[in-house]
Amino acid sequence: MPDLGKYADAVLSAYAVSILLLVGIVVLTLWRGRQARAEMDAVERRSGRNG
Amino acid sequence: MSLWEYANPVKFLRLSERVQPWLWAGAAICLGVGLVWGFFFTPDDFRQGSTVKIIYLHVPSALMAINAWFMMLVASLIWIVRRHHVSALAAKAAAPVGIVMTLIALFTGAIWGQPMWGTWWAWDPRLTSFLILFLFYLGYVALWEAIEDPDTAADLTAILCLVGTVFAVLSRYAVLFWNQGLHQGASLSLDKEENVADVFYFPLLVCIGGFVLLFLALVLYRTGTEIRLRRTRALMARETRSATLRAEEA
Repeated sequence: MPDLGKYADAVLSAYAVSILLLVGIVVLTLWRGRQARAEMDAVERRSGRNG
Repeated sequence: MSLWEYANPVKFLRLSERVQPWLWAGAAICLGVGLVWGFFFTPDDFRQGSTVKIIYLHVPSALMAINAWFMMLVASLIWIVRRHHVSALAAKAAAPVGIVMTLIALFTGAIWGQPMWGTWWAWDPRLTSFLILFLFYLGYVALWEAIEDPDTAADLTAILCLVGTVFAVLSRYAVLFWNQGLHQGASLSLDKEENVADVFYFPLLVCIGGFVLLFLALVLYRTGTEIRLRRTRALMARETRSATLRAEEA
């Protein structure tokens, strides 16, 4: 860990907030994508069965 | 082969799924290398101390916040002129990513500003235009959610995007138009003389590369999601119509 001196709180909080936001958008994007894919597959299967 | 072929959702999804693993991997590598390099292996600045390390998050996110809006502008114009649904959905997909980039730029700017300027916030031209850009992003997403008919939503959000472009341009060039603000000039420029010192410049370039690749990966993935949601809605509407017809016949 580098010595961040008197600005340690500022630097660490900037990294924490940014990484949290980046990870948040990635997780949300992948979760919603999987959900949408599963929904579409289910509806397609149902439509196929019903002709 | 024409670029317009990819206005076909199936072709777009096929290409997007081929490209995405490379984009995700590239983003992870560039962000990992750039941020570790910048955080652990670059010196403090003689004036800013260790707060200079915030540059590796602030500059790339601010850059992407503005460029995401320009990408949405291009996609909106394609929708207005050529009525390609994939372009309207790509603009919709990019907006939440733009919101996150703008939030990171605003947060890291405020966190850096407090020890350096002595204030979290100032009504400086660049900061103010950035805040307005953030509000435009929120309005854009809200408008998509508020309108049920997807084509009407795409039309109205495209117009909102054209209007918001004024603030995206202001966010980009405010430091050149006005000299009275607190915000310093551009940290990076094609003119080498305006750039930060090499020791900060190279890790910063790697981080910018990481943010660009992450943005592209997210937008492609989210556009695919929007296409699937739209197809699901269309299939469900067809099912409902068929069920109604069957009930009427019986």
